[in-house]
Amino acid sequence: MSAPRGTPPDIPQPESFSFDPEVLEAAEAIIAKYPEGRQASAVLPLLDLAQRQHDGWLPRAAMNYVAGMLDMAPIRVYEVATFYTMYNLSPVGENHVQVCTNLPCWLRGSSRVAEACERVLGIGMGETTEDGKFTLSEVECLGACVNAPMVQINDDYYEDLDASSTETILTELKSGETPKTGSRIGRRSCEPIGGLTSLTGDGEAGD
Amino acid sequence: MPTLIIDGEEIEAEAGLTVLQACELAGKEIPRFCYHERLSVAGNCRMCLVEVSPGPPKPAASCALPVADGMEVKTDSDMVRKARQGVMEFLLINHPLDCPICDQGGECDLQDQAMAYGNDGSRFLENKRAVEDKDLGPLIKTIMTRCIHCTRCIRFATEVAGVPELGATGRGENMEVGTYVEKALSSELSGNMIDLCPVGALTSKPYAFTARSWELKKTESIDVLDAVGSNIRVDSRGPEVMRILPRNHDGVNEEWISDKARFACDGLRRQRLDRPYLRKDGKLQPVDWPEALSAVGQKLAGASGDRIAAIAGDLADAEAMLTLKELMDSLASPNMDCRQDGTRIGEGPRVAYLFNSTIDGIEDADALLIVGSNPRLEAPVLNARIRKRYLMGGFPVGLIGEKVDLTYKAEHLGAGPDTLQALIDGSIRFAGVMKDAERPMIIVGTGALARPDGPAILAQSRKLAEAAGAVSGDWNGFNVLQRAASRIAGLDMGFRPGDDGRRTNQIIAGAASGDIEVVYLLGADEIDTSALGNAFVIYQGHHGDAGAHRADAILPGAAYTEKEATYVNVEGRAQQTRLAIFPPGEAKEDWAIVRALSESAGKKLPYDSLEQVRTRLAEVHPVFANIGEVTPAEWEVFGIEGDIEGAPFRNPVTDFYLTDVISRASETMAECTAAARGGNPEKTGTDG
Repeated sequence: MSAPRGTPPDIPQPESFSFDPEVLEAAEAIIAKYPEGRQASAVLPLLDLAQRQHDGWLPRAAMNYVAGMLDMAPIRVYEVATFYTMYNLSPVGENHVQVCTNLPCWLRGSSRVAEACERVLGIGMGETTEDGKFTLSEVECLGACVNAPMVQINDDYYEDLDASSTETILTELKSGETPKTGSRIGRRSCEPIGGLTSLTGDGEAGD
Repeated sequence: MPTLIIDGEEIEAEAGLTVLQACELAGKEIPRFCYHERLSVAGNCRMCLVEVSPGPPKPAASCALPVADGMEVKTDSDMVRKARQGVMEFLLINHPLDCPICDQGGECDLQDQAMAYGNDGSRFLENKRAVEDKDLGPLIKTIMTRCIHCTRCIRFATEVAGVPELGATGRGENMEVGTYVEKALSSELSGNMIDLCPVGALTSKPYAFTARSWELKKTESIDVLDAVGSNIRVDSRGPEVMRILPRNHDGVNEEWISDKARFACDGLRRQRLDRPYLRKDGKLQPVDWPEALSAVGQKLAGASGDRIAAIAGDLADAEAMLTLKELMDSLASPNMDCRQDGTRIGEGPRVAYLFNSTIDGIEDADALLIVGSNPRLEAPVLNARIRKRYLMGGFPVGLIGEKVDLTYKAEHLGAGPDTLQALIDGSIRFAGVMKDAERPMIIVGTGALARPDGPAILAQSRKLAEAAGAVSGDWNGFNVLQRAASRIAGLDMGFRPGDDGRRTNQIIAGAASGDIEVVYLLGADEIDTSALGNAFVIYQGHHGDAGAHRADAILPGAAYTEKEATYVNVEGRAQQTRLAIFPPGEAKEDWAIVRALSESAGKKLPYDSLEQVRTRLAEVHPVFANIGEVTPAEWEVFGIEGDIEGAPFRNPVTDFYLTDVISRASETMAECTAAARGGNPEKTGTDG
């Protein structure tokens, strides 16, 4: 069984954390969007800002810092940060490969995608390569079910994958290239696989 | 009022009630795990499913569904039964089958409801999940694999206790209840989570593996470790109190008790005085009752009245105090005091020392001023009621005295009496807040009254109450927060110095100077016993604490679980404890000791039974005839105006867990104190 996510891994935690001036400005702009007394609503974007500032992972000091900023009990922030797979509670590699294994992706072959990742990178789920270039994670639904199966690497989505296209993406990343994002079977956005079935005309009424 | 049909029966239910509550009104039992009437609705266990029409053709969670006119509810249809069986099956997927070694066994909601809705076999071949146990401190033992994620403990900590430290981390199968960063809970009410937990995930650490619920004798009684008078149930087996649980009383403690009330019971087994002692050749020697009584009786009879004094302690019951008072009266001694902390309350009208708003009345108040008190440590359950009122909104709280965390927002107005004066003058903003409030409340603690200028501060507080309009018509917002369970009863019966009598500090001074020859301590340990000089000290009580160490004669009495006794709580509500176990060894009920002593002192009191003492109590003050009810007091002028020192108020309780002889003898309370003192939450447990 995998270690429960709620248990903090035994990793060195920084003593303190605070936003850089420009990040602080962005954070204040986000907080200002919410009505007085509802600052806690800003917890998700603020945690994201903190994670981006801190090399892609959230130390406990950062969660406490966000809690203090939003006047929340720290545990309320821990709950949020441990719920979403988008927040990393331990350091991650340069490329964070996040494989969706939820139902739609799984039905469309995500286990083959996951297996390809493990084979190409030589690591298991939740592990980081020795050179620190790749971290592999199994994550919850990323909302691209129409183009399942898919993986997210850092901020980019790679969709309509199979074992070989996954391998290509990872090999390209390994050699420092920038793989093409989006669908790997040539469809635009999330249009039907066999071409459009409606709105095929020139836009006149009755099409 | 909406009318709905529940299982074919028509019933009217108030708008705003949930279907679950309406079903209860109709006498239908709805199984539940997460729903609790004193907590917010979570709706996550799904055990309370019912069939409701009109509506979607699927079962609905009745705990989160408001009643509506024309609803038809079925609580026992095939669909409902099948749905609940499904929920139960899901709950049991990961719940271990360790009932035989689980302390919750026999009083477990999951066990009981599995009898009604569980299958006799499992369809799951997969391994059950395992969850690491959490360290929540010395009181709560966790076996988190048993947790069914009802979140009652999380809601209790956040809402009632006001310490948002528990949470649910992770998601799905990896969800866990805990503090994330390991730490002991910093609440004085944490034990209530054990009662709330519907399974054996949170159980009592001190009680672990000591008894089964069905072998315990259950005695309904009253807690005396603070002045709230929480209703408790004492569970005993043979000669031992195994545990203490709360009983519901909406007017007093709702269904909570403080950790001290619950966990100090192991102190009842240790340091007990179980036989009489006399000091011979400088050492305390065990003697039998006749010898002890005759020696003490001779001492009392041999001294003139003004050279004898008596002090009643914080745990003394009304019956014992009455008999001792009458013995002192018959010995012509005016020197007696039940206020061992030195407060000078009770010298005026009754309204000046009661919690007049009543505890239930806190919910009717709309502003609060706390003077020289930390109710969180002095009366945690009462503090929870203040927090409940605070959460309803529109309840500004001001605090004069030490700046402490009360679990709700309080504006710190100042540290000492000058702030009180400023409020009377109306020179600070909070004065306006209190004036504008319709039912403002003032709580004056013993931190403000147990000082030489106490009577003057009491007068100031009265003036402020009058200035702020805290006393009007049916509302009395003037409150004194006592700390001792014995105090109100003692003041009501007049256990205080008569004309030219000595108060506590004067008794001690008199003993030191030799003016007082015999000092009778009725469970009084919170005084400076080393300052009693060469006086002959008689200690009657149940624990070998400060008083007994100094004593020349020890008369072993009974603790509150070992006698039928009357106590009056802060509001002026007389309540009675019941005998759960017998006093250890040769110890006896306290009134009976005084009665026996009166005979050997040649001043025999006319009581041969508890009923006779209680009849006399009822004659002395009507509060003792009105058991279970609050006996209110009329508003009068009180307090003695005089000079006020500028010194800031000091709170009397610094260590919540060690305040009386029972909690000081308790190992559990000592562990709590150690945990609280070493309480650097960042450096405990498995924290990296």
